[in-house]
Amino acid sequence: MTAPSTAERMTRLLTLVPYLQARPDGVRLADAAGDFGVTEAQLRRDLDLLWVCGLPGHGPGDLIDLAFEGDRVRVTFTAGMVRPLRLSTDEAVALIVALRTLLEMPGLAEGEAVSRALAKVSAAAGHPGEVQAPVAVSVGAAEQSLAVVRDGLERGRALHLHYYVPSRDERTERTVDPMRLLLVDGRWYLEAWCRNVEGTRLFRLDRIDEATVLDSPAAPPAEATERDLDSGLYQPGAGSPLVRLRLARTARWVADYYPVEDVEEVDDPAGGLAVAIRTSDLSWARRLVSSLGGAALVDSPAELAAQVAGEARAALARYAD
Amino acid sequence: MNLVIALLGTRQYVSAAKIRSIVPGYEPDDGTERADEAFKRMFERDKAELREIGVPLETGRTSAFDTEDGYRIARVDYELPEITLTGEEAAAVGLALRLWQSAQLAGAAQSALVKLRAAGIEVDSGRGVPIQPRLDAGEPAFEPCYVAARDRRVLTFDYRRPDEQAPHRRRVQPWGVVAWHGHWYLVGHDLDRRAPRVFRLSRVTGTPKASGPAGAFSPPADLDLAAVVARQESRAEQLVVVRASPGTAIGLRRTAEPLGAAEDGDDRLQLRTTEPEQLADTLAAYGADVLVEAPQSVRAAVIERLTRLAALGEPA
Repeated sequence: MTAPSTAERMTRLLTLVPYLQARPDGVRLADAAGDFGVTEAQLRRDLDLLWVCGLPGHGPGDLIDLAFEGDRVRVTFTAGMVRPLRLSTDEAVALIVALRTLLEMPGLAEGEAVSRALAKVSAAAGHPGEVQAPVAVSVGAAEQSLAVVRDGLERGRALHLHYYVPSRDERTERTVDPMRLLLVDGRWYLEAWCRNVEGTRLFRLDRIDEATVLDSPAAPPAEATERDLDSGLYQPGAGSPLVRLRLARTARWVADYYPVEDVEEVDDPAGGLAVAIRTSDLSWARRLVSSLGGAALVDSPAELAAQVAGEARAALARYAD
Repeated sequence: MNLVIALLGTRQYVSAAKIRSIVPGYEPDDGTERADEAFKRMFERDKAELREIGVPLETGRTSAFDTEDGYRIARVDYELPEITLTGEEAAAVGLALRLWQSAQLAGAAQSALVKLRAAGIEVDSGRGVPIQPRLDAGEPAFEPCYVAARDRRVLTFDYRRPDEQAPHRRRVQPWGVVAWHGHWYLVGHDLDRRAPRVFRLSRVTGTPKASGPAGAFSPPADLDLAAVVARQESRAEQLVVVRASPGTAIGLRRTAEPLGAAEDGDDRLQLRTTEPEQLADTLAAYGADVLVEAPQSVRAAVIERLTRLAALGEPA
């Protein structure tokens, strides 16, 4: 196996000449670098290398010829490199599966255009109609609110939502300024400024029971910032109090799912993990601990453990009747 | 690069010796063994590199008089076929290519985009509704499973079913990976159980390992990955009946089928689940607001959880 960068560069070099040939008036170096996803310096190194490549014989008339005019470049002799290389398996999969996924999302892109693009891309990928992709995405079709949310985003309007909040088991009504849509592992989220709580929130689309586009324009305030998804979907405030838990082996996923601090392996429970979670919402913590069914022990605060235990005793009393 | 240009320019098969003399950059033949070795090494490396990125390098002989195999690249196999997209179609492609996040497919999406641009299509990848999709985020098992399914190699991994204490080693012919209802699954033929099986990627522990040759099996011709998962999950579906005090358990009511009022004034609700253990977690978290009627197994699972939770308040 060669290093990915070698393969990547080779693919890029083979694609550069046809790319320039398709733009007979030339292209700005910065634009070309952007299209290829590389720096301008890297693009210049690639072009320098192309210049000494060409047909056998390597006489002056055999080499690829480029013309630089100011910050633009165009190709004047292609040495027969007029079309890009076929799509690789990964490239065809990335394209075809993504287009099929888009087809399943009502209201996200114009459906007719997606199916036409899919047909054309499948044909160009070389196996029309019978591409058996080793990966597929099935998106829940029930998200009726997707089209409404998208409409609000496109027209820059505020939205009125009926939203279910699982941590409090409540149906809420709120007015939000939509910022962007997220799709994470086949689930849709709306990131928006919530006017009721005056903060940026993520709304899972399958928890929106009703959505309406309002006449009022969407105006997220300056402090509304998009969260960096690499650090997870859940991001609590830095100053919130800490809840300290000891997770049994079956509950260790909590540490992957929520941002945790002071992580430490422990023997009680066996194979367990001690973590601290920041939250200002004790009812959320109560629900989390309860839903772990005893697989999380509460070290602090003591009132959390007492509340969970009290509720459980009341529930057991009903079963004893 | 020069090798590709040279071989694209010919219909004949070109011998390695000829390639060595016409393509610049190769060690010239000066009669020494050292130079021969150097050329051979470099030529082998270049061939492997080209095949890896998908250049259709053919070997064969042009006529019966040739004494050794030569090489050529058929232009029709090399070149991306003619493709034109309208502005709308190109916008759909641009949006579609932003769906990927894993190194494997995001890299492929980027290079596919570059090839389309080189075919003269203007794809604006950043326009339109602000959408950030992350289809394949966060499952470490995704990439090894995808690659093994793509290459059709046998995959070995440790898998822990929710009803098992410890993970078990599984050997599978991977047919494909599919996101279904917000979870990633691997679908394949389980070699030990000799039957098709569905695996939740989140229950795979450690890194799956591919072994054996590529192309070792063929998935069923009419395979629909999502349908396989849906079938398996609905087979495992259980009906659960609970009682909830009026005005409580809002979350359960969103998907439940109401069965009317019980004699004590509570609402009877029917739920469907493929994950009874997970549902028991949810039901236990509702505390005294929710009482499980049936089945007995779920009722017992909830009581077991409540008993453990009730002990939390006691000093250890």
